[in-house]
Amino acid sequence: MFITLLTVITLVFALVRLAPGGPFDGERRLPADIEANLRAAYHLDEAIYLQYARYMGGLLQGDLGPSFRQKDFDVNELIAAGLPISAGLGLAALITALFLGIGIGIAAGFNQGTFADRLIMAVNNLNIALPTIVVAPLMVLIFAVLLRWLPAGGSDSIWHFVLPTIALALPYSAAIARLTRAGIIETHLEPHVKTAIAKGLSRSRLIFRHILPMALLPVISFLGPAAATLLTGSVVVEQIFDLPGIGRYFVQGALNRDYTLVMGVVVVYSAAIVTFNFFVDLAYAWLDPRIRLSQ
Amino acid sequence: MRQPLDSHTSRPNNKLKMRRSTRVSIILLSIVVIAAIIGPELSNWQPEDIDWDSMQQGPSLAHPFGTDLVGRDLFVRTMIGARTSLTIAVIATLVSLAIGVPWGAFAGYLGGRVDQFMMRIVDILYGLPFILLVILLVVLFGRNPYLLFAALGAIFWLDLARIVRGQTLSIRRALFIEAARSLGAHTGQIVWRHIIPNVAGPIIVYATITLPSVILAESFISFLGLGVQEPNTSWGVLIADGTATMESSPWMLFFPGVLLVTTLWCCNTLGDRLRDHREDIQRKPFNI
Repeated sequence: MFITLLTVITLVFALVRLAPGGPFDGERRLPADIEANLRAAYHLDEAIYLQYARYMGGLLQGDLGPSFRQKDFDVNELIAAGLPISAGLGLAALITALFLGIGIGIAAGFNQGTFADRLIMAVNNLNIALPTIVVAPLMVLIFAVLLRWLPAGGSDSIWHFVLPTIALALPYSAAIARLTRAGIIETHLEPHVKTAIAKGLSRSRLIFRHILPMALLPVISFLGPAAATLLTGSVVVEQIFDLPGIGRYFVQGALNRDYTLVMGVVVVYSAAIVTFNFFVDLAYAWLDPRIRLSQ
Repeated sequence: MRQPLDSHTSRPNNKLKMRRSTRVSIILLSIVVIAAIIGPELSNWQPEDIDWDSMQQGPSLAHPFGTDLVGRDLFVRTMIGARTSLTIAVIATLVSLAIGVPWGAFAGYLGGRVDQFMMRIVDILYGLPFILLVILLVVLFGRNPYLLFAALGAIFWLDLARIVRGQTLSIRRALFIEAARSLGAHTGQIVWRHIIPNVAGPIIVYATITLPSVILAESFISFLGLGVQEPNTSWGVLIADGTATMESSPWMLFFPGVLLVTTLWCCNTLGDRLRDHREDIQRKPFNI
């Protein structure tokens, strides 16, 4: 976990320093002494290992450095402004995707082979193929512009988060539904389920106590890699719905060549993913008695 | 497609039973590919031509897909976009093959410490927000489309390396490998001549699963304005333009959107069907 994070930070740092052109290359070339002063102010004139040490030292204290472009802000302030929005959106989307996906998966899995199952899975397969960049604008067009039920963009009220959350959750719900269905169908054949049926357990106890915990294991392990793509998706969704989260800062920083801002966002994202993966592993062990007991 | 020697993976039913969805997706995908190849030549317009008389017009006889804000024909632009998106997808997939296959094959064949070390690297890289790193690369080194190909390919080799390693482990003790070694073949020869051809099946299946992921990744990056740049175009660029003007000219979003969705659906369906016949390959969580 720590190694992964260290690798990312080092990689990102190296990439930024390898890049041709400095952050101060604008339309007009700056006079040499001004540029030298700027470089000194941002410690860009020091030896590379000193810069690295300085950046890592700052990181250890939770300092991501100054923004190269937005003079009055440092990266911490920008990220602190965007993080609550991005984290809230991501969490809401994850919960929505889990409920929606598991619900669909249960509906299809326990009716395997019927017409309902096939219909659900056909819709689900279409959902997998629908990229956010197509679905999200369509949702804006239908629910915000034509029906006027929900606002199209911005972050003023809770209603502004409904469309982005659903747009972000949809592809995950499709993947989760698929995994849940496959898990249920497989778990049905397990001996312990047969025993449970033979004991005459009620249907709900059978489903929630004996089938779902095992059937959901693939879903749990899917959540790890999903966290990474959830963040990527949120960059796009924040762009479409005009939400001032860190994804927006990332794209702006990328377009303006604001190196420190982009670096900061990548570091924060990576830390989030690594932490999330760690909890996914814990959840996995907790759900599967075989893993839990072997430790 | 040669069958691997492992008895677990070789199944008697070698035929791809054609389901209706399989046939439909093969046909649709062929149409898209043919359109991408010859489509631009069918149109009377060049992608950069401006029709001063019809700016932002809906579909008509002269412009089957309508025109964009500055009066460029959207049919020819969508076809060029298809060409760009598919080319990037194919090249990126080839790049991922070029890295992932030897990586996995050597790790699996050599085993021991080397294997552990190589796969540890894959594990570490696996947890990274790769699209973000690609964007970072694009920012730092300019918007060179070739860099985009390479960077995208460099994301997708990880899964491939894992799969190839798994397959290689299952055949590294096979008799014909032993025979090759006792005849004095060196490691490179064994991997190249004996291992890779025998794990080709799963590699091909996995490549079909990789294609839609790359198409999706490219469209995301281009949508954000960080990938393919004007005057060149791709589906992501066209969809971004269409999104900006969808209230006044929905056709600008509709046609590229439908093509992208169709292509992704076809690739996913084909990938699923192929994978159903090879249960040794896990499905990728989904896109990217």
